[in-house]
Amino acid sequence: MTETKKIRFVQGNEACVEGAMYAGLDFFAGYPITPSTEIAEHLSERLPRNGGKFIQMEDEIASMCAIVGASLTGNKVMTATSGPGFSLKQEAIGYACMAEIPCVIANVQRGGPSTGNPTHVSQGDINQARWGTHGDHSIIALTASNHQDIFEITVDAFNLAETYRTPVILLLDEAVGHMREKLVIPEKGELPIVDRLRTSLGKDVDYHPYLPREDGRLPMSDFGGEHRYNVTGLYHDMWGFPSNNPTVVNQLLRHIVDKIENNIHSITRYKEHYLEDAQYILISYGSSARSAIQLAEDRRKKGEKIGVLELQSIWPFPSEVIREKCARARAVLVVEMNMGQVMAQVKAAVEKPKRVFLANRFDGKLITPHDIKSLLRMVQGRGV
Amino acid sequence: MAVKDYLRERFFPHMWCPGCGHGTILNSLLRAVEELGLKKNDIVMTSGIGCSARISGYVDFHSLHTIHGRALAFATGVKLSRPNLNILVPMGDGDALAIGGNHFIHAARRNIDITAIVMNNRIYGMTGGQFSPLSGPGIKATTAPYLTIDSPFDVVKLATAAGASFVARSTAYHARESTEILKKAIAHKGFSVVEILSQCPTHYGRKNKEGDAVAMLEVQKNNTAKIGSKALAENPNLIPRGIFVQEERPEYCSEYDKIIQHAQQR
Repeated sequence: MTETKKIRFVQGNEACVEGAMYAGLDFFAGYPITPSTEIAEHLSERLPRNGGKFIQMEDEIASMCAIVGASLTGNKVMTATSGPGFSLKQEAIGYACMAEIPCVIANVQRGGPSTGNPTHVSQGDINQARWGTHGDHSIIALTASNHQDIFEITVDAFNLAETYRTPVILLLDEAVGHMREKLVIPEKGELPIVDRLRTSLGKDVDYHPYLPREDGRLPMSDFGGEHRYNVTGLYHDMWGFPSNNPTVVNQLLRHIVDKIENNIHSITRYKEHYLEDAQYILISYGSSARSAIQLAEDRRKKGEKIGVLELQSIWPFPSEVIREKCARARAVLVVEMNMGQVMAQVKAAVEKPKRVFLANRFDGKLITPHDIKSLLRMVQGRGV
Repeated sequence: MAVKDYLRERFFPHMWCPGCGHGTILNSLLRAVEELGLKKNDIVMTSGIGCSARISGYVDFHSLHTIHGRALAFATGVKLSRPNLNILVPMGDGDALAIGGNHFIHAARRNIDITAIVMNNRIYGMTGGQFSPLSGPGIKATTAPYLTIDSPFDVVKLATAAGASFVARSTAYHARESTEILKKAIAHKGFSVVEILSQCPTHYGRKNKEGDAVAMLEVQKNNTAKIGSKALAENPNLIPRGIFVQEERPEYCSEYDKIIQHAQQR
């Protein structure tokens, strides 16, 4: 077989762009912000070449709103941002949850709060991705530690957004976003693509935009098509009409949470590195997982049974997988670049929360294998 | 088609107070749509939050009832992704020019083909009568018990300066005139702004001793005059009505189509 694959040497942000184009992105709206700007820059060139649309909006809020509007006309849509912009987008993300509009939001994380550390790495937006917008809801958030995975997880993000009619957050970070490494772009058809599920109802049939099918999915109808319906951020009935009927309110909230939480097994993504016989397990994700994997490889050479559970989906939190994988571990180290946001979830998931430790940095520097090793030594009772 | 055929009867009764001007504006708008012969499937109405924003639920178009102040940003996404659709964006004064002020000026600057209708009753009605950026000084409101000191925007001047290529003003009292203006605004290719003065007897009229809806409509009649009229020349304090700007300028979606052509030739 002749080698026809396209091999590129790119930034992580470009890998995200390539993944989005592969997934069928039609429309991007954004606002410049470090360290995500390269996503907008590359898409401003790529999208019109494919007949797609790119627009630089007046602010972060407008960008989020514009992609929701464009999604309703039948487009695959995306925006990209970082900390301060992610804060600004939250109200409209909640709107997309409530109105069930497929869209992808890439947040290339930098140090916060506030302006924080724009050009340096952080993983401090884990909880904001989950609870940034007000009110009960569920959300899907994915992450990746290398460019091939960024590509694939970006494709996944679009697929999950379409499958569950929901916003999907791509939690990248400054280190993977700006780092350059090899990316092999798969052939068309190599990765599955989920297209929009559209209603098969004819124009004279009463279409219910918010009546889930038996499998929980809601077929859509493009704005501008034959079915005219109402979309609102208010609680609404199956026609999209506002309602404060307690039964309607209860059912809608249950639906937007259950459609994600009940499908956690289909949504959960993770990778195992040397986990089968591991006595000590490092749980990590994003760029910090690279250091965790490096340390495990180094220590394996010395005969230490260290493994890494690399999370690629953060929300809904894969508690069951973590409980199962960590059941026989002597200790679990969560490696992350924040003050323990994923660690808190891991402690809640495992049987022995006291055997969960945090190896972290939150000073803008990438956590190193050496940083993790120092803590691992203490946990192993081998001194510093 | 009768005007009734453009309404979603399932949505009624509407939530506007007795005497509210917004229903009259809806009437003017639907007559404009009818007289232009637009197909319901070709219209998307996008709105934000407030009494005015509820208009989108009552019409049998594709309707997108969004979040406070951002209707034009959502509308920009709809329009750029499907330029063949007609986009109507009714907004209240607070929705359009307080929380939504940034989107308002930038939509005007882009000259994107959207019709923005500012239903200006000079008050936040839905939240119970707080002053808005169009209230002006000396007004009583629930958040201005000692009267307002804020200067108002002039919607016409703001839209003109920001680059809207069609700018007009009318009132709920002048319902037929509003229809004629709205017809031109919708047909215009570019960003159109139509300010229509409306009355809120419940929250503005009562507090400011302007009387009931009929008395407030009298004010709209007596305090305004057509551009170029003798009345306006004699009394420059009257609020001018009519079309202030109507110019052909490059429209955003058409310009973007050129970008696509250019990108594809490379």
